[in-house]
Amino acid sequence: MQKERPLSPHLQIYKMHQLTTLLSLLHRSTGIVLAVGTILLVYWLTAIAAGPEAYAQLQECFGHWFMQLLLFGWTFCLFYHLCNGIRHLFWDIGKGFEISTLYKSGTVVVIVAAILTAATIFTALNGGLS
Amino acid sequence: MKNLRSPLSEAVGLGSAKHGFSHWYWQRVTAIALIPLVIWFVYSVLSLIGASHAQATAWLSSPFNAAIMLIFTLTALFHAQTGLQVVIEDYVHSKFANLTLILLIKFASVIMATFAVISVLKVVLGG
Repeated sequence: MQKERPLSPHLQIYKMHQLTTLLSLLHRSTGIVLAVGTILLVYWLTAIAAGPEAYAQLQECFGHWFMQLLLFGWTFCLFYHLCNGIRHLFWDIGKGFEISTLYKSGTVVVIVAAILTAATIFTALNGGLS
Repeated sequence: MKNLRSPLSEAVGLGSAKHGFSHWYWQRVTAIALIPLVIWFVYSVLSLIGASHAQATAWLSSPFNAAIMLIFTLTALFHAQTGLQVVIEDYVHSKFANLTLILLIKFASVIMATFAVISVLKVVLGG
């Protein structure tokens, strides 16, 4: 017997232009982008283990301007997902559900993620921390 | 408390596979673990920018770096897999596509985890 169960989420019932909806959508999409990014992480580890030639290839790949652009995009995804993930953890313990708090925490998350991204890109472009 | 399921749906027994809580729980556990791990990872990547192969190898052959790197990678892969599974369950309503995608993601994360473990072990054990 096949029973029709309710399907979620009902995207069409939300107002897409409100901050909370956009940030929620952004949390999922950055999560998906980061999941794809784990391929790069594993590639990096594998290239180090595989030896100087593979590592040189990786450096050439990561050094390309387009790849750098993507990596900077990934940096923002990482910081946004991290900050908004902390916001989610507060919700999990039942805190921060008031409408005004939701907007405040959402704004803080975007600002902090932007600052961390800018600082990281700036450091990277200036030769890193070594 | 009154049972909210209809007698029929209870008799048919379809529905919850009883893994929902554990899935939700481990997604949170890995999320919490990833907070300090991500900060460490970004710091490490920034200190390895422009590193030669010898420098990268030297860095990864420190047992501390190797251990944290593996914990980070495996936690991230697990967290990504649980997250993607929820997205697929929410948006992919065809049963065949749903199952296929979830299986592909599980296979992919196990393959990547194996690559990561072997690579880090090879470097740290000086192979």
